[in-house]
Amino acid sequence: MALKNPFAPDKQAGRIVPPSGASAWLTSFTAGAMSFLAVFALALSLASGRLADRWAGALDRSATIRISAADDQMALQTDVVLDILSTTPGIAAVRALDKAEAVKLLEPWFGPDLPLDALPLPQLIEITETAQGYDSDGLRLRLQAEAPGAVLDDHTRWRQPMAQAAARLRLLGFLSIALIGATMAAMITLAAGAALAANAQVITVLRLVGAKDNYIARAFVRRFTLRALSGAAVGAVLGTIGVAILPAADAAGGFMTGLGFQRAGWLWPLTLPPMAAMIAFLATRFAAFRKLRELT
Amino acid sequence: MLPKTGQSKAGRVISFEQVAYSYGGGELLSDISLRLAPGSFHFLTGPSGSGKSTFLKLCYGELLPTAGRVTLFDRDVRGLSRDDVALSRRRIGVVHQDCKFLDHLPLAANVALPLTVAARASTAADLTDLLGWVGLGALADALPPQLSGGERQRAALARAIIMGPDVILADEPTGNLDWEMSLRLLTLLVELNRMGKTVLVATHDLNLIRQAKSQLAARVLRISKRRITLAGADL
Repeated sequence: MALKNPFAPDKQAGRIVPPSGASAWLTSFTAGAMSFLAVFALALSLASGRLADRWAGALDRSATIRISAADDQMALQTDVVLDILSTTPGIAAVRALDKAEAVKLLEPWFGPDLPLDALPLPQLIEITETAQGYDSDGLRLRLQAEAPGAVLDDHTRWRQPMAQAAARLRLLGFLSIALIGATMAAMITLAAGAALAANAQVITVLRLVGAKDNYIARAFVRRFTLRALSGAAVGAVLGTIGVAILPAADAAGGFMTGLGFQRAGWLWPLTLPPMAAMIAFLATRFAAFRKLRELT
Repeated sequence: MLPKTGQSKAGRVISFEQVAYSYGGGELLSDISLRLAPGSFHFLTGPSGSGKSTFLKLCYGELLPTAGRVTLFDRDVRGLSRDDVALSRRRIGVVHQDCKFLDHLPLAANVALPLTVAARASTAADLTDLLGWVGLGALADALPPQLSGGERQRAALARAIIMGPDVILADEPTGNLDWEMSLRLLTLLVELNRMGKTVLVATHDLNLIRQAKSQLAARVLRISKRRITLAGADL
């Protein structure tokens, strides 16, 4: 009778664990679902990072003084403010916006057809700080005393928390990825434990015929690692497609339209399947050796 | 061709020195001292629950003695790591009454399993010879659940000897078999002993023991009241 090469060690090693089992499918599903979620968490983290950088850059050492005064007082108060600023330590540059620039700033809100010339527009003065910065409280007091219509609009004071919020959002994104990884590890550990318990007879037989723990563990680890790898690959692909079909970012877009990957960022989802496989490898190995000590 | 024996050059393959084993607060075996010399054939008999299976498990490192010293191939089992125990089992073939297999693998793969886990190569011809020797040549591709009790016992014996072990331990190997099949299995064990294997068979079947004693010089050990004694001619 012809025999089908039952001695080939490598081929046999992968076959010693029964081929089917809910725990194996659970591992694939878990890895897939977690990778899918991880893609979005990754996109969130990267988008938050970009947002934080953008806001931080926009706020970098800039402020505005707005002067609201009667027409006959406007020029005078503007000169006073410019004088004050020229003697204020910590100010690198000052520029008074002309009427055309002010109109352009308001155009998105009022539209191009509104006769802005007829409106009493405030005078805007753009300030750039030095690296050391200026004393904003002191400047406010001087402006209040010498140019009552001038108001210091210190961007950093209200935008800084937004930049911090964006940075924290990025941190939350990374924390989510870490939690997703930990959850996946926990679920795969449980699935591997269940598989090992369900295959107690297989383990008993293998121990009886002289299999070392490492050999037995390897058979389970290999199966679960491959399951996690394939499941995570599917999840990562679907997640990436999901991110790709989000509306594209544009100049008028808000945060949500910027939730995606840019340039090399699209490569990040590729790291998820190997990471899932590594997590599965470690989790199953841990579960396998623990279970082996319990069972035999 | 059957696997060649890797007979120990030492004067003993398994020895017990004042061994006791306790379980659940009670002592199951007490003050047992004996040695299994290479090439010997022993029967171990005694009533059900007397500790025969426990004794066999102590012989292959599945259990550790609670007192005394068990040595496998001149090494104290207490000093063996889990890997060492696994390696020892490659030199000890074990046949159980309820022999277990990997039910999803065909018989040939199950019999070859000890070689597989040891990453040792052999040939399909050797396996065919071995299966033919135990009378299972036609069932190489059958799955274990498809085998009868006698076929399973013979498959377990084939699996136990495929590595060419020094010792064969059989725990009630004929418990589920009819007399004809029991004799067939006994014949295989006797043949193995004549090839130089050390054989220890735990059984309560006195007829089987008498049949074996007519073929070879087997010693009969009896477990009674937690101790093992050499049985006399009263069998």
